[in-house]
Amino acid sequence: MPESPDRNAIEIRRVSKFFGGGDAPVKALDTVSVAIRENEFFTLLGPSGCGKTTLLRLIAGFDFPTDGEILLHGQDIAPLPPYKRPVNTVFQSYALFPHLTVAQNIAFGLEMLGRPKAEIDARVTQMLKLVRMEELRNRSTAQISGGQQQRVALARALAPQPKVLLLDEPLSALDFKLRKEMQIELKRLQHETGITFIFVTHDQEEALTMSDRIAVMSAGNILQVGSPKDIYDRPAVRFVADFIGETNFLEATVESSSDGRAGVRLGSGAVIEASVPEGFSSTGKVTVVIRPEHARLAEAGGELSGKLSNIVYFGTDTHFHVDLDVGGTFIVREQNTRDDRRRAREGDRVSIVVGKGAAQVLRD
Amino acid sequence: MASRFDIRRQTGFPTVALFCFFLLYLPLSVVVIFAFNAGTSIAVWEGFSFRWFVQAWSNQQVVDASIRSVQIASVAAVIATVAATMAALATTRTRPYRGLTFKYAFINQPLMVPEIVTAVALLIFFSRIKIATGYSGLGYLMIAHAAFCIPFAYLPIRARLESMDTALETAAADLYATPWQVFRRVTLPLLWPGIIAGLMLAFVISLDDVVITEFVKSAGQDTLPTYMLGQLRRVVTPEINAISTAFLVLSVAIVTVFFLISRKKT
Repeated sequence: MPESPDRNAIEIRRVSKFFGGGDAPVKALDTVSVAIRENEFFTLLGPSGCGKTTLLRLIAGFDFPTDGEILLHGQDIAPLPPYKRPVNTVFQSYALFPHLTVAQNIAFGLEMLGRPKAEIDARVTQMLKLVRMEELRNRSTAQISGGQQQRVALARALAPQPKVLLLDEPLSALDFKLRKEMQIELKRLQHETGITFIFVTHDQEEALTMSDRIAVMSAGNILQVGSPKDIYDRPAVRFVADFIGETNFLEATVESSSDGRAGVRLGSGAVIEASVPEGFSSTGKVTVVIRPEHARLAEAGGELSGKLSNIVYFGTDTHFHVDLDVGGTFIVREQNTRDDRRRAREGDRVSIVVGKGAAQVLRD
Repeated sequence: MASRFDIRRQTGFPTVALFCFFLLYLPLSVVVIFAFNAGTSIAVWEGFSFRWFVQAWSNQQVVDASIRSVQIASVAAVIATVAATMAALATTRTRPYRGLTFKYAFINQPLMVPEIVTAVALLIFFSRIKIATGYSGLGYLMIAHAAFCIPFAYLPIRARLESMDTALETAAADLYATPWQVFRRVTLPLLWPGIIAGLMLAFVISLDDVVITEFVKSAGQDTLPTYMLGQLRRVVTPEINAISTAFLVLSVAIVTVFFLISRKKT
């Protein structure tokens, strides 16, 4: 990663974490390296047990790495206890202090830093305004709703103006509608405060809609780092392609390759152009992924053909499941329109047209 | 109605339950009723009177024993609660390790060792110290009571600590609180109900003790229970009932406060 080091808020260098000593330590992180830029909304995405929360806890100081360095603006913070790191956390359970009021919760960090009373009061007022909770200032935290608790947790973590804000699946306890609202709210807060956000989630949609960049994690490794569009359109490995969105996997053979592109021959005999991940020189057998919305059905003339086995209606769009002649199932997603004359019926023979630039070769 | 299993509907259950309550409360009610007997008998009712309460109140030995009991219980409960709080913190705010269960057992030892064994051990131990130092005050009783009160104070405090969300302490540390500040500002305020409950339980247990007190006390150091035991060996008048009744009311009051505090949610 050739960024200048002063623009990185956090730099993780070859960090490993093992839990439990003795004969069988459990490996939670395996020599992970990643750089998170200043003012970035960075998401760690992965299924439970992938190490994303462990990495967050290492940055916060709740755990210490077995090996490696964690740099905050170029300074190694890995050995520091949490109370000496200018990094604050929004917890999954919010962890609001039940014996303190909303305002006292928000003031807690500033009080611990020994700031003057007048400054604390001003800052608390400012934070309450930022999260739109002015009128609940003196409420007990037990008397406010889940969404409001979420806002207090955010205000409390932002009040001491940390260099980096860590968010550990903060939206997972909220219902769908509130979650959508809070997603927008979080983006607004990040924009207004200019603080680097590191967000942990297992929800790929949340990651795609909110992040500047995403790191997809699995089994203690970071598999791919990139913008939501990179991750979605250009997955480098099977896990990333499979974890994010729905996708079709096809076996193919590389016919020719040049400069990040390759001509690949599908099982049907058709040759299509596909993107190749950076630094991957592919020859022979490869797996190609095509997103369902990057293909369309036709009566003839497509690169693939088969029999329509299933049509699933989703409101905004319809999924067509096609049993390919070469074996396997291919899903095509088409947007529904008001003009709803569905030509295809289950059992029909159909042809699939793969969109230009839709195919992506996987590294594994 | 869902036909779920309900033990109250089992044959004979109400009878057994009523019999148990009867056994528990009948003797108590007899004691309380005869505390108000106008006559000198604890078995023959001769009319209503407060005379035995008045007599007990003006009996210097009863008053002294009561003061002594409260003094011992207060000091013992405070010592036991401080020790129990520290023990509870040490056994809950740590990663589980081999030997932790053994430590629980060790702390709760007074619950398992027969009281009479502890009493004999303390008698021998303290008599040596008495000879060596010449001190024969209430300190021995206070220390002995503190020791057997520790597990009673420990249990509610530990329960409170275990039910407390440790993320709160983590959050405080994240918000720049040093370990001591985390304890002062978060753990301790949330632990108070458990500490008060432990204190009250320890107080009641100490107030009630006979066996260890009987063995450890020096001459003229009767507590209320040992004084009552001594009286029973002589002429028994409803004065004993009156003292018991007052004692009962005090204990029930403390236990009620304990219940109300421990019921209070976080």
